[in-house]
Amino acid sequence: MKYYRAKINDKGTIAVDDMVLLKDNLSTAGSHILEGYKPLFSAEAVERLEKNGYEISGKTNVGEFSLDLVGEFSYYNEFEDGETLKGSAAELVAKGEVKAALGVDMNGSTRRAAALSDVAFLKPTYGTVSRYGIISCAASGEQLGVYAKDADTIAEVMTVIAGNDKKDGTSLPDVSYLYDTNADVNSAKVCIVKELYDLADDATKAKLYNYAESLKAQGVEVTEISTDIFSKANTAWQILMCAETCNNVSRYDGVKYGYRSENYRNIDELYVNSRTEGFNFLTKAVILYGSDVLSKSRYADCYDKALKVRRVVADFMKELFSTYSAVLIPACSKTEYAQYDIKDAFTKVYEESVFTAVPNLIGTPALATGGVQLLGDHFAESTLLSLSKIVERKGE
Amino acid sequence: MAYELVIGLETHVELNTESKIFCSCGGHSSPQEPNDCVCPACCGMPGMLPVMNKRVVELAATAGLMLNCEINRYTTFDKKNYYYPDLPCAYQITQLNHPICTNGLVKVKTAAGERDIRIKQIHMEEDAGKLVHGGNSSFVDFNRTSVPLIEIVTQPDFRSPEEVVTYLGKLKSMFKSTGISECEEGAMRCDVNISVREEGTEEFGVRSEIKNMSSFEAIDRAIRYEAQRHMDALEFGTEELVQETRRFDDVSGKTFAMRNKETEADYRYFPDPNLMPIVIDDEWLEQIKANKPVALDEKAEAYAEAGISDKEIAMLMSEHTVAKLLDDVIALGCNAKDAASWILTDCAGILRKAGLKLKDLSITAEGLSFLIKLVDSGKLNRGAAKKTLIAVIENGADPEKFVDEQGFLVEIDNSMIESVIDKAIESNPQAVEDYKAGKEKALMAIFGACMKELKGSGDPQVIRAMLIEKLSK
Repeated sequence: MKYYRAKINDKGTIAVDDMVLLKDNLSTAGSHILEGYKPLFSAEAVERLEKNGYEISGKTNVGEFSLDLVGEFSYYNEFEDGETLKGSAAELVAKGEVKAALGVDMNGSTRRAAALSDVAFLKPTYGTVSRYGIISCAASGEQLGVYAKDADTIAEVMTVIAGNDKKDGTSLPDVSYLYDTNADVNSAKVCIVKELYDLADDATKAKLYNYAESLKAQGVEVTEISTDIFSKANTAWQILMCAETCNNVSRYDGVKYGYRSENYRNIDELYVNSRTEGFNFLTKAVILYGSDVLSKSRYADCYDKALKVRRVVADFMKELFSTYSAVLIPACSKTEYAQYDIKDAFTKVYEESVFTAVPNLIGTPALATGGVQLLGDHFAESTLLSLSKIVERKGE
Repeated sequence: MAYELVIGLETHVELNTESKIFCSCGGHSSPQEPNDCVCPACCGMPGMLPVMNKRVVELAATAGLMLNCEINRYTTFDKKNYYYPDLPCAYQITQLNHPICTNGLVKVKTAAGERDIRIKQIHMEEDAGKLVHGGNSSFVDFNRTSVPLIEIVTQPDFRSPEEVVTYLGKLKSMFKSTGISECEEGAMRCDVNISVREEGTEEFGVRSEIKNMSSFEAIDRAIRYEAQRHMDALEFGTEELVQETRRFDDVSGKTFAMRNKETEADYRYFPDPNLMPIVIDDEWLEQIKANKPVALDEKAEAYAEAGISDKEIAMLMSEHTVAKLLDDVIALGCNAKDAASWILTDCAGILRKAGLKLKDLSITAEGLSFLIKLVDSGKLNRGAAKKTLIAVIENGADPEKFVDEQGFLVEIDNSMIESVIDKAIESNPQAVEDYKAGKEKALMAIFGACMKELKGSGDPQVIRAMLIEKLSK
């Protein structure tokens, strides 16, 4: 397995995944269609890190447009036969080769990768970190987040990268945010969602159980709730995500940059052949699905309904967070993924995204930590980080 | 059988902004080689996000106010998907569900009478680039991508090509005279929806849409050709009409089918998540209203009231910079009628002789009002003022400096004026007596005698005041 596209330098402290633009460095979103693409500018988050004295170590692999489980379908990646799947940014952090890594959380691959490698990943509240300079797919829910070993490092990096950016129209007005990892959460109430717990395998169930026990030991009240909102939210998010991705990757047409087929006689063939050869099977499935839900005959039943579900889910979660400080759920159904055929990818990712879709759909924060996941209300990052820290401390 | 033409228009107008709609590249008017006015955003590179140009919202709302539209306080953008090499993202950002303006009305007057044309909506969108074909290759020029446009959509209210052309002329002079658009060649483009029905019936006929025409003459010819084609089909069964999109060929004067309803693209519109809804609050709307240039009709009326001739008004309407100069000169305290004549007779004459056009007039409002006031006060005679204007227009001279250097200013000697007044009082005893008896009008006879003696030099206001003072003693 290749961890990175550009060599990690010795002084390096922070890696960025391949959805993030790094000036004059290959930035290809793990896709053949962007082969050789070197951007003219770096992402805003990269700029802010560099301005604050952090050095960018290099780039880590992602699955094509981060659409897969953890990065298994990158055009540039190589897994050994029989090797279990791991996300490269998460692995790099786990091995201590970098202090932290930036990754784009769009359909859960970052949180799944963090859970598998037992590191933490924070997907922040939508609009708090600039999306300028990330290779955009699902603009309404993707958000740049941070991988690190512990809550304090995540808070440190977040303090640098978060805050208003005029170059991003979805960026919220606050110029900076405070990330407190020592907030008083000992009397917090946390709920576990029965339906999601039931979907997990035994090893994952055990992790979740242990995590809940650790929280309880610190005085946190943990209760179980039952709701089917997560699977509904997932369906809605898959519709929006596919539609927006289909639209955003339509610019990769072989005309301006990136991969162009050698086999064409006219503009239509240039489009069709470049895109047929340039995208992998999973991206094509997403494009087809996304194109379908936006078509005239399906828009009202699919896309428009998904927008309505987004509102229902947001209301439901708002209500839930008025009772509970956080929701404790798995980040994925397994503790280990085996290699599989790309033709099954669309369905597999769909199934696994039931654990990750809500924060993408409604813009709330999520923290993958200790192999599980904590969801919080908008701007509740400090609560999530502090909860994870009391569990970290116990482990020390 | 008698037939009636039913026409609706979609008119795209390039807005006159300093930068593009979603990035800071210069707008359409900057001088340019192909692709020298582009950035990663407007040529569709990954990682760039659209950021709304506020000025576009203001200009679009202003256009809406001029066309008597309702300004929607909540307006959003949508993405329209289609592939074409001049469209770098393979989608266009436009407005489908919540356009900025709706429900407007324009009155169109032709020989056949006046007709109300309802405006369905005005929406904002970005332009596409341009393809240049040469040899075996085609080249893409992205300079025009993301240049801001408004699209003005009418209801099917036109009944003749004359009405269409009159309406377009009205839009053009309205936008040009107020600086909303330069309306240069190609900056105003039209799609014409046309159908034909039996006179007296309510139901619409089969509709053709003729795409992308910019010359009024071509639009007129296209409508006439298409109307005839439809009538022939209905009357003689020459062909079966289908709803389709057509293009007009300027050379043959005919329209040709491009695509019909079955092969029509599905643009898969959806709300653009990168652009937050724009909310136009009361304060902003009031500001837009306050800054709205006075619409042509109103403006022409005001000019006419000030005594400016119809011919002069017509000249002002066609050049918004000149109208603005006049407005500014009036605002600086000059008489409207005089100022118009200075600009449209004196300056225009000098420009004509120098082979220049009215729009080339370079004098500032301050400079011109300075000269007009000097002439009014008698400190500068008209001949000298004209010489100064020539120097300003032809050589870019500064009026104040030039007048000074040339020693044009007439020295006014107060004791000389006093003696003239004394003499006038002496030689008009009857008028003096009448004035002192309370006949205000009698003052004019004495004043007139003074002015005659002074041959127009001296400030009439000052002289009048001095005269009254003397008479009151």
